[in-house]
Amino acid sequence: MSIIEDTKQLVQGAVMAGMSKAIALAPDRWIPGGTPDPLISHRHGHIGRPTTRIDGPLKVAGAAPFAAEFPMEGMVYAALANSTIAKGRIVELDTRTAEEAPGVIAVMTHRNAPRLSPPPAFMSSPKAAGGDSLPVMQDASIHWNGEPVAVVIAQTQEQANHARSLVRVTYEAEPAITSLGAAKARGSRTAMFMGQPLHDEVGDADAALAASAVNVDASYSTPRHNHNAIELHGVTVAWQDGVLRIHDASQLVAHEAWTLAQMFGIDEDKVVVTSPFVGGGFGGKCLWQHQVLAAAASRMVGRPVRLVLSREDVYRLVGGRSNTEQRVALGADPDGRIKAIIHEGVTPKTAFNAMPEPFILPTRSAYASETIKLDVQAVELDMLSNTFMRAPGESVGTFALESALDELAHKLDMDPIELRIRNEPEKDPTNGLPFSSRHIVEAWRAGAERFGWSARKPASGTVRDGEWLVGMGCATATYPYYRMPGGAARITLTREGHATVDIAAHEMGMGTATTHTMVAAERLGLPLEAVTFNYGDSTLPGVVLAGGSQQTASIGASVIAAHRALVKELLKLAGNDSPLAGLKPDEVGGTDCGLCKLDDPALYESYASILGRAQRVSVCVEASPSAPMEIMHWSMHSHGAMFCEVRVHAVTGEVRVSRFLGSFDCGRILNPKTAGSQFRGGIIMGLGLALMEETRFDERSGRIVNPSLSEYHVPVHMDVPEIDVIWTDIPDPHAPMGARGIGEIGITGTAAAVANAVFNATGKRVRDLPITLDKLM
Amino acid sequence: MIPFTYARATDVADAVRRGGAEAARYLGGGTNLVDLMRETIERPDILVDVTGLSHAITERDDGGLLIGAATSNTALAEHRAVRTRYPALSRAIVAGASAQIRNMATVGGNLLQRTRCAYFYDEAGAHCNKRHPGDGCDAMDGFNRMHAILGASPSCVSVHPSDMCVALAMLDAQVHLEAPASTRRLPLTELHRLPGDRPDVETHLAPGELITAIELPAASLAVRSTYRKVRDRASYAFALVSVAAALEVEEGRVKEVRIALGGVAHKPWRAWTAEAALLGQPATEASFAAAAQAELAAARPLKDNGFKIELARRTMVAVLGELAGEAV
Repeated sequence: MSIIEDTKQLVQGAVMAGMSKAIALAPDRWIPGGTPDPLISHRHGHIGRPTTRIDGPLKVAGAAPFAAEFPMEGMVYAALANSTIAKGRIVELDTRTAEEAPGVIAVMTHRNAPRLSPPPAFMSSPKAAGGDSLPVMQDASIHWNGEPVAVVIAQTQEQANHARSLVRVTYEAEPAITSLGAAKARGSRTAMFMGQPLHDEVGDADAALAASAVNVDASYSTPRHNHNAIELHGVTVAWQDGVLRIHDASQLVAHEAWTLAQMFGIDEDKVVVTSPFVGGGFGGKCLWQHQVLAAAASRMVGRPVRLVLSREDVYRLVGGRSNTEQRVALGADPDGRIKAIIHEGVTPKTAFNAMPEPFILPTRSAYASETIKLDVQAVELDMLSNTFMRAPGESVGTFALESALDELAHKLDMDPIELRIRNEPEKDPTNGLPFSSRHIVEAWRAGAERFGWSARKPASGTVRDGEWLVGMGCATATYPYYRMPGGAARITLTREGHATVDIAAHEMGMGTATTHTMVAAERLGLPLEAVTFNYGDSTLPGVVLAGGSQQTASIGASVIAAHRALVKELLKLAGNDSPLAGLKPDEVGGTDCGLCKLDDPALYESYASILGRAQRVSVCVEASPSAPMEIMHWSMHSHGAMFCEVRVHAVTGEVRVSRFLGSFDCGRILNPKTAGSQFRGGIIMGLGLALMEETRFDERSGRIVNPSLSEYHVPVHMDVPEIDVIWTDIPDPHAPMGARGIGEIGITGTAAAVANAVFNATGKRVRDLPITLDKLM
Repeated sequence: MIPFTYARATDVADAVRRGGAEAARYLGGGTNLVDLMRETIERPDILVDVTGLSHAITERDDGGLLIGAATSNTALAEHRAVRTRYPALSRAIVAGASAQIRNMATVGGNLLQRTRCAYFYDEAGAHCNKRHPGDGCDAMDGFNRMHAILGASPSCVSVHPSDMCVALAMLDAQVHLEAPASTRRLPLTELHRLPGDRPDVETHLAPGELITAIELPAASLAVRSTYRKVRDRASYAFALVSVAAALEVEEGRVKEVRIALGGVAHKPWRAWTAEAALLGQPATEASFAAAAQAELAAARPLKDNGFKIELARRTMVAVLGELAGEAV
């Protein structure tokens, strides 16, 4: 999730408005990351060594428990009935037949559901997690086509599924705005992204564009997308002694616990959310109605309840990515120096959420230009609230921006890589901040060499292999470094030299548990097997979001803080009889199951010795890092150079991606094995974005027409070629461990690289995703 | 899913006796029927499992093949005689679905699978004359990129989803049918109906009639046959357009030709007009294009699917050109 703006806002709340300038101008050493993390200089330890995921054997054996697999005594099953109109009221709700069906225990509707407060919407306060702010099954009103209207609770899943088909609902429909055209006609507003306008201006871009020797000015569009993680959203819920226990698939356990506590009117510590494994998150595994409905149903029937959404339910209840209409205009002088960048357009949202697809984000720091104008206009529809989906903003924004760059390169008759390098900025072009670490040029050069870019024929449509036209394209990938406030971690170290790290973080398949076991072991100077990393439990310290590619930084900074507290405590316990006597915490680090002076490792004492002499079995500390002021002091972004080779069938227009390379600059790569999978997974999702993903939202009814994996296409194996990934591995001196997040960048730039390759192959420029064959015939 | 009873047929007589009951349905691999039951679109009271009936593939004295209706799609595609003598059929089958589905799906069931029109599938939220005659058709002015360009009606614009049937239509396959009081054969091209004003009635089968076998006639022509499927991703997608064709060229002229199209109509579409136009003509791209043009003269585009007319034309020309190249 790209939410840099709102963190800035939250941080601003913490340090008071007007302080941001002061943070920008403050000396580096006052800023988190101003003193590089000592781990950056560890070059031969756990970090950087390809390490197999520690949860691999569990998952292969089917022994890793997912949310819908926790057994509970007396558990019953729920199924949902959903509305079939976009707006209006329920006037008749006949649940009798359903209630009389075999095995049915109860049918919950707005008439008998427990009274709940509306959910605080995500980012409306630090721990808010609601996908929107609409009340959940509290009255007869309908707000979108697919909104749950009844929950059937039965002894078996099959009985619940059957009975839901027996619920009869009569609606009184009200006029609904379900088409983008109608919404635009009603007027738009500058989109507010977490309290900040999605609008930037540097100089007079319109005038500079008009005065430019060469320019391109084009419109691009991207369709709606829906979340399709392999694991369906599911929860197992029970009320035990006044405590609401939720086994969930969640990327924000602490936020979720707090938000549910607000809704049910109970104390935060009376809600426990656990989520040991998540079968894919991507921004979709947050708080939607199903967790609330399951908890309410469980309270109503006094039994544990399991609710697993069907694939169709996921489309009806869990928001996706909104469609966008974008304009990108670029003006340049004849030697390719960009003089004007305009990136603007429109995207729909609802009245109940605050998430306009922020497609201008990648353009803010992309290229040097004396003038820049960026603007997102939001319109409101009567639909399910849209939400974060892997690299919101950057994924679809880079499609438009990087396609336009390619169009400009073509017009200038210039190599598209050289055009990008020529416009590499020295500082952030919109906020003027220095870059923390930016090595995109190295990534371009290394990628071009490895991909064989020099073999590309600049003229379109000139390479043919039988019935196939062959082309190459490239694009820049980009995603910000980001760290949210709220992190905290606890470290417990035993005399035997075993450490436990506790933090309310998340493992969604990215390799978090493995990587942070490695990082903690490195920081503590312990072998991997001497470290236990506990996560996925809202009762653990920290409010950590697995989103915005920021979890690694958030955990990293939290563990740095806890580790500093641990070292301080150990030095105190070590006392004057230790070789470490008199040293300050910042002078000391972990090595070889003990502590040593960083610049004089001979000054050393083992943990066993320190704790033994102090007659302590263990030591336990908890700490929180400073507010993430580094993102206001430096412009912190990852980049990638994406290379694509496509084959386009000359007769049918079918597109096949035959080669792909991503060359990344994301700071230090902690675990090359899981990182490679993250990059490749992002690129595969990007291929889907480029070629096939499209939610068909019927603008007559506001209903999604293709809520299934058979009609909503994602890439199958045959659509995915071998994907090569390389990286600069240059540490960012201002990020914990030197690492910036890598979870989302792979999907960015990919669609443009494909579109640009298609243009090189065919001479046809497709500006409307997905690139289906009818657009190439 | 609505509760139902289940019985496994011991033989054809047992099957048709049970299958004659009101609201009984024959169950093959279940890869489509069970999905539709889960969606409550199909609501049979009785399922008669016919997967235990003949799944033999036997050589006929006249050189043809008799394929038991319970044969799995995989077994048929892999059969040596099919691969060598009817390559279009093998290719059509493996172009469809996934390996897992093909392992389950039967030949008889494949013939009777129902459209994948998304509005047909949305029992709760969409109008569909195929589900409820007279209810209206949301596809007509809705998303209809996948829909019919040939033979559609104001009631229904959906397409038949099968790949296998397109090859069978081209190969002049015959369908063997059994009912308690009758035994008959029907050319595959006459099995499926166009929608007309009753899109809910999809075949010419009598109530309770059971498909027991498919017969492929001996045809040297079929040896030089092929199948090409054009779709939105490399695998596991229904055809936008598919072409099954066989061609024999003698002294540069078309001596015999069979063409069928998939993804374009409510039934596998035998291209009779194109075939007639080609007979005796020079086996050139110009002839193929003219024949394709003649076949598609009746094509009518909807809002989203106009490209299919050009795609069908191009694909027919490419497939015939490929076969002509092999024939030389």
